[in-house]
Amino acid sequence: MSDLLDRIPYARFLNLQTLVSGDEVTVILPFADRLIGNPMLPALHGGSTAALLEMTAMAQVALAFPSPRLPRPINVTVAYLRTGRPVDVFARASISRAGRRVAHVQAEAWQEARSQPIASLTAHFLLDNP
Amino acid sequence: MHDSFVDTILPQLAAGAAHTGALGFVFDGLHDGEPRIRVPWREDLVGDPDTGVLAGGLVTTLLDHIGGLAVWTAMDEFQPIATLDLRVDYMRAAHPGVDLLAQAKCFRLTPTIAFVRAWAFEVDSSDPVAAAQSAYVLNRTRAARDEVAA
Repeated sequence: MSDLLDRIPYARFLNLQTLVSGDEVTVILPFADRLIGNPMLPALHGGSTAALLEMTAMAQVALAFPSPRLPRPINVTVAYLRTGRPVDVFARASISRAGRRVAHVQAEAWQEARSQPIASLTAHFLLDNP
Repeated sequence: MHDSFVDTILPQLAAGAAHTGALGFVFDGLHDGEPRIRVPWREDLVGDPDTGVLAGGLVTTLLDHIGGLAVWTAMDEFQPIATLDLRVDYMRAAHPGVDLLAQAKCFRLTPTIAFVRAWAFEVDSSDPVAAAQSAYVLNRTRAARDEVAA
Protein backbone atom coordinates (compact mmCIF):
# COMPACT_ATOMS: atom_id res chain seq x y z
CA MET A 1 0.00 0.00 0.00
CA SER A 2 2.93 2.35 0.60
CA ASP A 3 3.49 2.20 -3.16
CA LEU A 4 0.03 3.67 -3.75
CA LEU A 5 1.23 7.13 -4.74
CA ASP A 6 4.19 5.72 -6.66
CA ARG A 7 1.73 4.76 -9.41
CA ILE A 8 0.82 8.41 -9.91
CA PRO A 9 3.15 10.27 -12.30
CA TYR A 10 2.51 13.65 -10.63
CA ALA A 11 3.35 12.18 -7.19
CA ARG A 12 6.64 10.95 -8.69
CA PHE A 13 7.22 14.40 -10.20
CA LEU A 14 6.88 15.86 -6.67
CA ASN A 15 9.01 12.94 -5.34
CA LEU A 16 6.37 12.22 -2.66
CA GLN A 17 7.39 9.62 -0.08
CA THR A 18 4.61 7.62 1.56
CA LEU A 19 4.79 5.99 4.99
CA VAL A 20 1.99 3.82 6.34
CA SER A 21 1.80 3.25 10.11
CA GLY A 22 -1.13 0.99 10.89
CA ASP A 23 -4.17 2.75 9.47
CA GLU A 24 -2.49 6.16 9.06
CA VAL A 25 -0.66 7.53 6.04
CA THR A 26 2.10 10.14 6.30
CA VAL A 27 3.31 11.70 3.07
CA ILE A 28 6.58 13.63 2.81
CA LEU A 29 7.32 16.26 0.18
CA PRO A 30 11.13 16.45 0.19
CA PHE A 31 12.42 19.94 -0.46
CA ALA A 32 13.67 20.60 -3.99
CA ASP A 33 14.56 23.87 -5.71
CA ARG A 34 11.91 23.32 -8.36
CA LEU A 35 9.17 23.59 -5.70
CA ILE A 36 10.00 27.25 -5.11
CA GLY A 37 7.21 29.64 -6.07
CA ASN A 38 8.63 32.84 -4.62
CA PRO A 39 12.39 33.13 -5.18
CA MET A 40 12.64 36.36 -3.17
CA LEU A 41 11.63 34.95 0.24
CA PRO A 42 12.31 32.10 -0.77
CA ALA A 43 9.06 30.15 -0.30
CA LEU A 44 7.46 26.99 -1.60
CA HIS A 45 4.73 27.45 -4.21
CA GLY A 46 1.41 27.12 -2.41
CA GLY A 47 0.30 24.80 -5.18
CA SER A 48 2.95 22.22 -4.32
CA THR A 49 1.74 22.21 -0.70
CA ALA A 50 -1.87 21.94 -1.90
CA ALA A 51 -0.94 19.03 -4.18
CA LEU A 52 0.78 17.29 -1.23
CA LEU A 53 -2.36 17.72 0.90
CA GLU A 54 -4.62 16.44 -1.85
CA MET A 55 -2.42 13.40 -2.53
CA THR A 56 -2.24 12.67 1.22
CA ALA A 57 -6.03 12.80 1.49
CA MET A 58 -6.33 10.56 -1.57
CA ALA A 59 -3.85 8.04 -0.13
CA GLN A 60 -5.69 7.98 3.21
CA VAL A 61 -9.01 7.32 1.44
CA ALA A 62 -7.42 4.62 -0.72
CA LEU A 63 -5.96 2.94 2.39
CA ALA A 64 -9.32 2.96 4.19
CA PHE A 65 -11.35 1.98 1.12
CA PRO A 66 -9.25 -0.24 -1.13
CA SER A 67 -10.40 -0.11 -4.74
CA PRO A 68 -8.83 -0.73 -8.14
CA ARG A 69 -9.62 2.87 -9.08
CA LEU A 70 -8.12 5.91 -7.38
CA PRO A 71 -10.49 8.03 -5.27
CA ARG A 72 -11.60 11.05 -7.31
CA PRO A 73 -11.71 14.49 -5.68
CA ILE A 74 -15.04 16.35 -5.93
CA ASN A 75 -13.75 19.54 -4.37
CA VAL A 76 -10.94 20.75 -2.16
CA THR A 77 -10.50 23.84 0.01
CA VAL A 78 -7.00 24.83 1.04
CA ALA A 79 -6.19 27.44 3.68
CA TYR A 80 -2.63 28.72 3.73
CA LEU A 81 -1.63 29.33 7.33
CA ARG A 82 2.10 30.01 7.15
CA THR A 83 4.74 30.54 4.51
CA GLY A 84 6.20 27.26 3.28
CA ARG A 85 9.92 27.54 3.89
CA PRO A 86 12.53 25.75 1.74
CA VAL A 87 12.59 22.52 3.80
CA ASP A 88 10.67 19.21 3.72
CA VAL A 89 6.89 19.20 4.26
CA PHE A 90 4.90 16.46 6.03
CA ALA A 91 1.18 15.77 5.75
CA ARG A 92 -1.46 13.56 7.32
CA ALA A 93 -5.17 13.22 6.67
CA SER A 94 -8.18 11.92 8.54
CA ILE A 95 -11.53 10.83 7.21
CA SER A 96 -14.25 12.73 9.07
CA ARG A 97 -17.04 10.72 7.55
CA ALA A 98 -17.50 8.29 4.72
CA GLY A 99 -20.87 7.38 3.29
CA ARG A 100 -21.62 5.04 0.43
CA ARG A 101 -20.62 7.52 -2.27
CA VAL A 102 -18.72 10.40 -0.66
CA ALA A 103 -15.91 10.71 1.89
CA HIS A 104 -15.18 13.95 3.76
CA VAL A 105 -11.48 14.31 4.54
CA GLN A 106 -9.34 16.83 6.41
CA ALA A 107 -5.57 17.12 6.13
CA GLU A 108 -2.77 19.24 7.51
CA ALA A 109 0.75 19.98 6.32
CA TRP A 110 3.60 21.04 8.55
CA GLN A 111 7.37 21.51 8.54
CA GLU A 112 9.33 21.70 11.83
CA ALA A 113 6.41 21.35 14.23
CA ARG A 114 3.14 19.57 13.73
CA SER A 115 1.51 22.10 16.07
CA GLN A 116 2.35 24.85 13.55
CA PRO A 117 0.73 23.72 10.29
CA ILE A 118 1.58 25.63 7.11
CA ALA A 119 -1.66 24.67 5.35
CA SER A 120 -4.87 22.74 5.91
CA LEU A 121 -7.23 21.04 3.50
CA THR A 122 -10.87 20.04 3.56
CA ALA A 123 -11.97 17.80 0.70
CA HIS A 124 -14.71 15.53 -0.61
CA PHE A 125 -13.85 12.39 -2.56
CA LEU A 126 -16.12 10.22 -4.67
CA LEU A 127 -15.88 6.61 -3.54
CA ASP A 128 -15.81 3.88 -6.14
CA ASN A 129 -18.48 1.73 -4.50
CA PRO A 130 -20.77 -0.35 -6.70
CA MET B 1 -2.44 49.09 -18.96
CA HIS B 2 1.13 49.67 -20.10
CA ASP B 3 2.62 47.32 -22.67
CA SER B 4 5.72 46.34 -20.69
CA PHE B 5 3.51 45.01 -17.90
CA VAL B 6 1.62 42.72 -20.29
CA ASP B 7 4.55 41.88 -22.56
CA THR B 8 7.30 41.41 -19.99
CA ILE B 9 6.16 41.37 -16.37
CA LEU B 10 3.05 39.15 -16.62
CA PRO B 11 4.88 36.41 -18.60
CA GLN B 12 7.66 36.49 -16.01
CA LEU B 13 5.15 36.27 -13.14
CA ALA B 14 3.30 33.44 -14.93
CA ALA B 15 6.26 31.18 -15.56
CA GLY B 16 9.41 32.71 -14.08
CA ALA B 17 9.58 30.90 -10.72
CA ALA B 18 11.27 27.51 -10.40
CA HIS B 19 8.01 25.64 -9.75
CA THR B 20 5.97 27.22 -12.54
CA GLY B 21 8.91 26.71 -14.89
CA ALA B 22 9.19 23.03 -13.92
CA LEU B 23 5.46 22.58 -14.59
CA GLY B 24 5.80 24.17 -18.04
CA PHE B 25 3.44 27.10 -17.46
CA VAL B 26 3.28 29.59 -20.36
CA PHE B 27 1.62 33.02 -20.30
CA ASP B 28 -1.07 33.04 -23.01
CA GLY B 29 -2.03 36.71 -23.07
CA LEU B 30 -5.02 38.68 -21.83
CA HIS B 31 -8.49 37.65 -22.98
CA ASP B 32 -11.21 40.22 -22.33
CA GLY B 33 -8.81 41.66 -19.76
CA GLU B 34 -8.34 38.32 -17.99
CA PRO B 35 -4.89 36.69 -17.88
CA ARG B 36 -4.54 33.18 -19.28
CA ILE B 37 -1.91 30.48 -18.64
CA ARG B 38 -1.38 27.41 -20.82
CA VAL B 39 0.03 24.14 -19.46
CA PRO B 40 1.22 21.83 -22.22
CA TRP B 41 0.11 18.24 -21.43
CA ARG B 42 2.97 16.12 -20.13
CA GLU B 43 3.08 12.48 -19.04
CA ASP B 44 4.74 13.32 -15.71
CA LEU B 45 1.89 15.69 -14.74
CA VAL B 46 -0.73 12.93 -14.94
CA GLY B 47 -2.78 12.06 -11.83
CA ASP B 48 -4.39 8.80 -12.97
CA PRO B 49 -2.12 6.48 -14.94
CA ASP B 50 -5.15 4.48 -16.15
CA THR B 51 -6.70 7.46 -17.93
CA GLY B 52 -3.84 9.93 -18.61
CA VAL B 53 -5.82 12.75 -16.99
CA LEU B 54 -3.76 15.58 -15.47
CA ALA B 55 -3.48 15.52 -11.64
CA GLY B 56 -5.90 17.44 -9.47
CA GLY B 57 -2.95 18.91 -7.59
CA LEU B 58 -1.61 20.36 -10.83
CA VAL B 59 -5.01 21.92 -11.58
CA THR B 60 -5.08 23.41 -8.06
CA THR B 61 -1.58 24.86 -8.54
CA LEU B 62 -2.63 26.31 -11.90
CA LEU B 63 -5.79 27.90 -10.49
CA ASP B 64 -3.89 29.32 -7.49
CA HIS B 65 -1.32 30.81 -9.83
CA ILE B 66 -3.66 32.26 -12.45
CA GLY B 67 -5.61 33.84 -9.59
CA GLY B 68 -2.48 35.67 -8.49
CA LEU B 69 -1.97 36.85 -12.05
CA ALA B 70 -5.51 38.22 -12.09
CA VAL B 71 -4.77 40.20 -8.92
CA TRP B 72 -1.62 41.73 -10.43
CA THR B 73 -3.56 42.46 -13.62
CA ALA B 74 -6.22 44.26 -11.58
CA MET B 75 -3.52 46.25 -9.73
CA ASP B 76 -1.68 46.88 -13.00
CA GLU B 77 1.60 46.30 -11.18
CA PHE B 78 3.52 43.71 -9.20
CA GLN B 79 3.06 43.80 -5.43
CA PRO B 80 3.75 40.95 -3.00
CA ILE B 81 0.59 38.89 -2.43
CA ALA B 82 -0.16 35.62 -0.64
CA THR B 83 -3.00 33.18 -1.20
CA LEU B 84 -5.27 33.15 1.83
CA ASP B 85 -7.47 30.29 0.74
CA LEU B 86 -8.63 28.53 -2.36
CA ARG B 87 -11.59 26.29 -3.11
CA VAL B 88 -11.52 24.15 -6.23
CA ASP B 89 -14.52 22.26 -7.66
CA TYR B 90 -13.52 19.49 -10.06
CA MET B 91 -16.41 19.41 -12.51
CA ARG B 92 -15.13 16.75 -14.89
CA ALA B 93 -11.97 14.90 -15.91
CA ALA B 94 -9.61 16.83 -18.17
CA HIS B 95 -9.22 15.41 -21.66
CA PRO B 96 -6.09 13.25 -21.77
CA GLY B 97 -3.24 14.41 -23.98
CA VAL B 98 -4.60 17.95 -24.35
CA ASP B 99 -3.11 21.24 -23.10
CA LEU B 100 -4.91 22.83 -20.16
CA LEU B 101 -5.76 26.55 -20.04
CA ALA B 102 -6.68 28.65 -17.05
CA GLN B 103 -8.19 32.11 -16.85
CA ALA B 104 -9.12 34.23 -13.84
CA LYS B 105 -10.93 37.38 -12.90
CA CYS B 106 -10.30 39.53 -9.85
CA PHE B 107 -13.83 40.73 -9.18
CA ARG B 108 -13.10 42.77 -6.06
CA LEU B 109 -9.90 44.47 -4.97
CA THR B 110 -9.82 46.11 -1.54
CA PRO B 111 -6.75 47.79 -0.01
CA THR B 112 -5.88 44.54 1.78
CA ILE B 113 -7.70 41.62 0.12
CA ALA B 114 -8.40 40.50 -3.46
CA PHE B 115 -11.28 38.18 -4.35
CA VAL B 116 -10.88 36.00 -7.43
CA ARG B 117 -12.69 33.43 -9.53
CA ALA B 118 -10.77 31.16 -11.87
CA TRP B 119 -11.49 28.43 -14.41
CA ALA B 120 -9.48 25.64 -16.03
CA PHE B 121 -10.56 24.33 -19.44
CA GLU B 122 -9.19 22.91 -22.69
CA VAL B 123 -10.99 25.01 -25.30
CA ASP B 124 -14.10 26.71 -24.00
CA SER B 125 -14.14 28.54 -20.66
CA SER B 126 -17.88 27.83 -20.38
CA ASP B 127 -17.10 24.09 -20.26
CA PRO B 128 -14.61 24.06 -17.38
CA VAL B 129 -12.64 21.14 -16.01
CA ALA B 130 -12.48 22.92 -12.67
CA ALA B 131 -13.47 26.23 -11.11
CA ALA B 132 -11.90 28.02 -8.17
CA GLN B 133 -12.83 30.78 -5.79
CA SER B 134 -9.94 32.28 -3.87
CA ALA B 135 -8.81 35.19 -1.72
CA TYR B 136 -5.39 36.80 -1.65
CA VAL B 137 -3.78 39.04 0.96
CA LEU B 138 -2.04 42.10 -0.45
CA ASN B 139 1.19 42.76 1.42
CA ARG B 140 1.29 46.44 0.61
CA THR B 141 2.85 49.02 2.87
CA ARG B 142 0.44 51.11 4.92
CA ALA B 143 1.29 54.17 2.81
CA ALA B 144 0.39 52.30 -0.37
CA ARG B 145 -2.87 51.08 1.20
CA ASP B 146 -3.81 54.61 2.21
CA GLU B 147 -3.09 55.79 -1.32
CA VAL B 148 -5.40 53.12 -2.78
CA ALA B 149 -8.12 53.84 -0.24
CA ALA B 150 -7.97 57.58 -0.86
